[in-house]
Amino acid sequence: MDYISIFFQYVGQYLKTRLTYRADMVVEIFSDLLFQAVNLVFILVVFGHTSLLAGWSKDEMIFIYGFFLVPFSIFASFFNIWDFTDRYIVKGEMDRILTRPVHSLFQIVLERMELESLFGVITGLVVMFYAGNQLGLEISWYDPFIFILLVIGGALVYAGIFIALATIGFWSDSRTDIMPMMYNIGNYGRYPVDIYNKVIKYVLTWILPFAFVGVYPSSYFLRREEWYTYAFLTPVVGLVFFLIAVALWNVGVTKYRGAGN
Amino acid sequence: MGKYIEMIRIRFLMMLAYRTNYYSGILIYSINIGAYYFLWSAIYGGKENIQGLSITQMTTYIAVAWMARAFYFNNIDREIAMEIKEGKVAVEMVRPYPYLNMKMMQGLGEGIFRLLFFSVPGMVIVALVFPVELSTNMSTWLFFFLSIIFSFIINTQINLLAGIATFFLFNNDGLIRAKRVVIDLFSGLILPLSFYPMWAQNVMSYLPFQGISYIPSMIFTEGFKGSQIYEALINQAVWSLLLIIPVYGLWILAKRQLVVQGG
Repeated sequence: MDYISIFFQYVGQYLKTRLTYRADMVVEIFSDLLFQAVNLVFILVVFGHTSLLAGWSKDEMIFIYGFFLVPFSIFASFFNIWDFTDRYIVKGEMDRILTRPVHSLFQIVLERMELESLFGVITGLVVMFYAGNQLGLEISWYDPFIFILLVIGGALVYAGIFIALATIGFWSDSRTDIMPMMYNIGNYGRYPVDIYNKVIKYVLTWILPFAFVGVYPSSYFLRREEWYTYAFLTPVVGLVFFLIAVALWNVGVTKYRGAGN
Repeated sequence: MGKYIEMIRIRFLMMLAYRTNYYSGILIYSINIGAYYFLWSAIYGGKENIQGLSITQMTTYIAVAWMARAFYFNNIDREIAMEIKEGKVAVEMVRPYPYLNMKMMQGLGEGIFRLLFFSVPGMVIVALVFPVELSTNMSTWLFFFLSIIFSFIINTQINLLAGIATFFLFNNDGLIRAKRVVIDLFSGLILPLSFYPMWAQNVMSYLPFQGISYIPSMIFTEGFKGSQIYEALINQAVWSLLLIIPVYGLWILAKRQLVVQGG
């Protein structure tokens, strides 16, 4: 089976269905922009009352937010599995997925993609360039490549965490409401981890490694050398978490017993 | 009246059947509030108070804002959108009770469940771990409970509006999301409204959103005092009544628009 050609066929179909409800698509892109604006508003309002946050300036915080948007948008476009338990386990839809010739997780990625979220990549880049300009950051020729590597790492971190949480559904189909909260906890990875106490710092680094989607990789571009080790660990952490999550998924699928009517 | 109590009861029991995983939810909520606490400590950075709120009051504000959210928050906008898309709404509309009232009662059942099994234990844990100040004044608690009932009404009315909009847009996931974002920001869940610049506060004082989170949380943290409490509660009451008009107006229009595709 040619995964790549299937992927692009799904993209084609997806665009057709989206263009049927154009008004909704416009509202959706608009609501994404609004959502991104909310976080900027938070930073701006907070820095209206303080000038430094644990030694980090407003522009640096804005830069981190811009960086965060890029891997996050890629994640949000392809891994829409926050309602996996409700949608696939409780309703028995997983039966159908398992009859498909591609890997079950890939099939769900295909069905649930939301390409308009990719718009956030542009927003993120705009925010980064604005903040980088304010800070007078310099770009070397190899920085774009490192950027891509760190973005992929960050997106894999997010994907890994959310896939791992979705697999809980294979063992227990009761409703959790964990997923929406996770999106919130993801936001804390964007602030300098020094501000938290040891437990939360540890959680954000090694258990729910959201710091690898925000502050750690950004510190490379902000030339904060004390965090370089963590910055370059980003792709490794991303890969490890993603592989663990896929392994969990593969075990979970064997536990699926079917449901629905 | 009896049938509404029955609707609340059934939704409550439905939630009760799936209660186990709620306890893991409390842990996640605590982590969330904890991270917020440290973030705010860093923002305060030694300052005594910002905009009249001390760091303890701020922590309390955040803890109570999130716990109250568990009560007023519901997904009936999504449910209505789903029922319209699947054509189920036609069957619901021939039933011998008003559809919108039924949805509201289901939301209330969910809210009461979360209040008892989520907010109360969650608040106890959070109060043990973080420097949260719980008022010992009975009247504060009384005003707070009155206030979150209004929160529920206002939030549910806005959800109904977003849900009914599906009749006109057919697919309104985007609108529902935008609504959620606007509420998070303008209701004071993320930031107390008093932190915003003056012009923004002026705009928000003419909107119903502050009644959802800012008012109950300020009452609970005793950021509002004396006549401010009464003014805030009157503001909530007025919005609760005022929003009935657009909800019913839109509903009447929507019923004329109804096209059932399958079902």
